[in-house]
Amino acid sequence: MAVEEGLKIELGKQGVFVTTIEELYNWGRRSSIWPMQFGLACCAIEMIATTMARYDLARFGGEVFRPSPRQADLMIISGTVTKKMAPQVVRLYNQMAEPRYVIAMGACAISGGPFKQGYNVLKGIDRYIPVDVHIPGCPPRPEALIQAFMTLQKKIDGQHLTGPERPRHLDAEAQGEFPVPVQGEHDLEPTSNPGVWTVPVVIR
Amino acid sequence: MKTVEEIKAAIEAAVPGAGVEIVPNPSVSGQHSLRLEPSHAVAVATFLRDGLAFDYLSNATGVDWPDKEIAEKVKVTRTVTKTVDGVEQAAEETIEEIRKRVEPGCLEAVYHLYSVALKEGPLTVRMRTANRTDQVELPSLTPIWRSAEFQEREIFDLFGIVFTGHPDLRRLLMWDEFKDHPMRRDYVEPDDFEYEPTAHDQVLARAAAHRAAQAAPDSGQEGTGAGQ
Repeated sequence: MAVEEGLKIELGKQGVFVTTIEELYNWGRRSSIWPMQFGLACCAIEMIATTMARYDLARFGGEVFRPSPRQADLMIISGTVTKKMAPQVVRLYNQMAEPRYVIAMGACAISGGPFKQGYNVLKGIDRYIPVDVHIPGCPPRPEALIQAFMTLQKKIDGQHLTGPERPRHLDAEAQGEFPVPVQGEHDLEPTSNPGVWTVPVVIR
Repeated sequence: MKTVEEIKAAIEAAVPGAGVEIVPNPSVSGQHSLRLEPSHAVAVATFLRDGLAFDYLSNATGVDWPDKEIAEKVKVTRTVTKTVDGVEQAAEETIEEIRKRVEPGCLEAVYHLYSVALKEGPLTVRMRTANRTDQVELPSLTPIWRSAEFQEREIFDLFGIVFTGHPDLRRLLMWDEFKDHPMRRDYVEPDDFEYEPTAHDQVLARAAAHRAAQAAPDSGQEGTGAGQ
């Protein structure tokens, strides 16, 4: 049961701190999102710049880049996902512990970008794993990555612990492992995970 | 800098029966190249490195020459029987006939050589396979210039030229299970044109063809790509 904002302030003036488990839980999770340390292409350079002194991702609690998927909460797909690399990306995502989030950074990661018609480039990583935030740009500036990070924090803040809208890691029925595509004779097999991605309808 | 004619003469003096051909470049730059006979290529390349001090291979790439149909107009004179005023006469007549012939294609490997010692270069060296289907072997120049190793692997990957004598001939960019050679002119890319929100030109045509193929077997169902 949520506490009214006005009542909370009034109680705070009297030295009484009131909160809910949900608020505390989400506050804790959103304030220490540890990204996984891996870059795929030139967007990774912007990701590195975001963590350095000028942009300082540490202000948002995201400076702890972990070299292991077991310790990471966030996967930043920073760059072109080639069809040769895609199975490894999905496998790394499967190895991450819940709750886990994905930011698809840049034109290539969200759609294939300038290489969309190439024979070797995946047309967006959202064909195989669920993506929480997409950032356009080629490459996106560090401000854009920070914006995506804050968007993700807002999303985490809005999650409820119970109910049908609860996040995947609190849903025992939810799918936890995503099938890793196989490198076939002509293309990846299957070409997308229908549980995650269906062909979007373009409205004109 | 020696001219290609001088280099050709030097090769022919050093390697008997080398069969080196000059491929002229008609452009202003005039960078003519040498086409080597694959059977003598290793001997010629060794001579280029040791005899003419071409000690650095900077670049190796492939070219696909598909089968080319050439139509030529040929004037043919033949005797025909004509009926003029009810009388049959033999007359000669000249007509133009279009004759078609197919020039067989091949795969080509191109190497750019420099001489760091003499500050010379580039020298362009080419080799051609017998055809594009089953006789696609060329001798590897990796034993002579080590820098050719990855580039010959890339040519093998993307064009399908098999380099005999290469120490480690595996695909470089695509995965090992991949069967096609994407840089060949007749490569057919997989039909993954299901979602093309900003399609134009060729992509638009491919996307339309994809939707038609999707709609044909199950025409009663809603088209997932509707509205594109």
